[in-house]
Amino acid sequence: MQLHKLRERAIRLFFLLCGLISIFILLGIFYTLLNNSIPALREVGITGFFTTGLWRPTAFGAPQFSTLNLILGTFMVGTGALVIAVPLGVACAAYLAEVASSREREIFKPIIEILAGIPSVVLGFFGLVVLAPLIARIFNIPSGINAMNGAVLVGIMALPTVVSLAEDAITAVPQEYRHASLALGATRWQTIRNVTIPAALSGIIAASMLGMGRAIGETMTVLMATGNALAMPGSFLDPVRTLSANIAIEMGEVPRGSLHFHSLFMVGLILFLITFFINMLADIIFERYRRRA
Amino acid sequence: MAGTESPKNAMSLSQRAHRNKYREEKLAFLLLRISLGAAMFILLVILFDIASKGLGVINWEFLSRMPHSGMTKGGIYPAIVGTFYVTIIAALFAVPLGITTAIFLNEYAIRGLITNLIRTALRNLSGVPSIVFGLFGVALFVQYLGFGVSLLAAGMTLGLLTLPVTVTAAEEALKAVPQSYREGGLALGATKWQMVRSLVLPPAFPGMLTGVILGLARAAGETAPILFTGAAFFLPFLPDSLFSQFMALPYHLFVLATQHHDITAVRPLAYGTAFVLLVLVFLLNLGAIMLRYRFRRRFQR
Repeated sequence: MQLHKLRERAIRLFFLLCGLISIFILLGIFYTLLNNSIPALREVGITGFFTTGLWRPTAFGAPQFSTLNLILGTFMVGTGALVIAVPLGVACAAYLAEVASSREREIFKPIIEILAGIPSVVLGFFGLVVLAPLIARIFNIPSGINAMNGAVLVGIMALPTVVSLAEDAITAVPQEYRHASLALGATRWQTIRNVTIPAALSGIIAASMLGMGRAIGETMTVLMATGNALAMPGSFLDPVRTLSANIAIEMGEVPRGSLHFHSLFMVGLILFLITFFINMLADIIFERYRRRA
Repeated sequence: MAGTESPKNAMSLSQRAHRNKYREEKLAFLLLRISLGAAMFILLVILFDIASKGLGVINWEFLSRMPHSGMTKGGIYPAIVGTFYVTIIAALFAVPLGITTAIFLNEYAIRGLITNLIRTALRNLSGVPSIVFGLFGVALFVQYLGFGVSLLAAGMTLGLLTLPVTVTAAEEALKAVPQSYREGGLALGATKWQMVRSLVLPPAFPGMLTGVILGLARAAGETAPILFTGAAFFLPFLPDSLFSQFMALPYHLFVLATQHHDITAVRPLAYGTAFVLLVLVFLLNLGAIMLRYRFRRRFQR
């Protein structure tokens, strides 16, 4: 009997330890990024990464480590993606949750999941060979490999995230709200617009933020479709380089342990922190929303 | 009597409003339907483009031969094998950890600080950019643990990346098992572990498998985490140990699309690679979706 209890305790402890590993991994990622950034921070200083200038870590004599253009490029692609993914995604979600028959839902939801399953490198390839010439022709510019291309592709990537989370939020609105509205003579559309969507708003905002987090962290699509120029972009038709693409381009070629190597970890740290805060914020909004509902 | 409307007029006004609001509803629903149609259209265009231009390249030679002549000819066999290996390693790493974490969260944990922390960590892990996982892999597996640029380092990095997917799906599967199973087991005098092992895990198994497959699909398509942890630009032979480099389908597509010295000449090969990768990922996803569908129906009855 005692042995039994001991065994049960040991098993419980084993599962607890396994559960804790996730926390250690997250902390480990943060620690690794920070630890590997420190040599760069020592040499360049934190201000060196945020003063005006370019990202030119290997320039002879006067290397520059400004990440401002990279951050600008990242947010251009991220917000551009949201402008596409959020209206389209919320509309799809509203249709699936409130209008579609259960049969339609059974067909379309897996298809949206298929969209989510397209590897980012395939989307990037599509951007390179199909979307870029299209953009070039529409705007009459020599090359369509620019911020807009990346934003459209990443918007497509973020779409399934926004659709499924926004749909969850809309479905979670209590049925009584809809019944009350319909009983007052509102049409189903008036109910969706004036009752259901406002009630689900914080969930929809959180969904959009998670979509933004994904968009900002996306690497391959952006790397292949945005042109990766270091200069400050003047518009969405200029090529941009994002934080993630910058790491992907340069990490393969740097000597390990060099200042350049460590400064790339600093770029990784900045990227990690941006996405971390966006995700945390989304999490907090979600939590509030859940508690209220 | 100026200023007051006749009853007849008022009726027609309200009738018009009535008709208008339904007309508005029709228009709005049409717009929503068009939005969904647009999303479907985008998906269709992408799939059609890749399939129509990739399908023609596919033949037995393309799938079973090494690339040669500077990757302008030959097949993608080593990339297929490499992706297969690295995905298996990722699964061997992520599946046990993911399932035990899910068991802890759903069966053992008491709502409290630790559980909340684990959940928050998992949610944040799923939001960590894939390239950051790559950096972590370089620092931890390649350098610190001394695996070098290898199959093992890349596989474990991918494993970390897929952990949140696996946990979420495994937990969903556990949640779907009716509470009465657990109560019945405990009432018969089973210990907690006996109950979990013999009453909860077996019915949850197909659902967990769904999660595993979804995780595999994700791992197979990822490029950024393996860029510096193990993927090779060109290797005309298969990896012979856990510590050798390997070719992978997604990285091979990236190379053919942007890094090759003659991009236009290898465009058909790039399309072929993209097509094979898409088919692989879709088959995995389709398998997972079908499995989940059957699993759900079983508990609905």
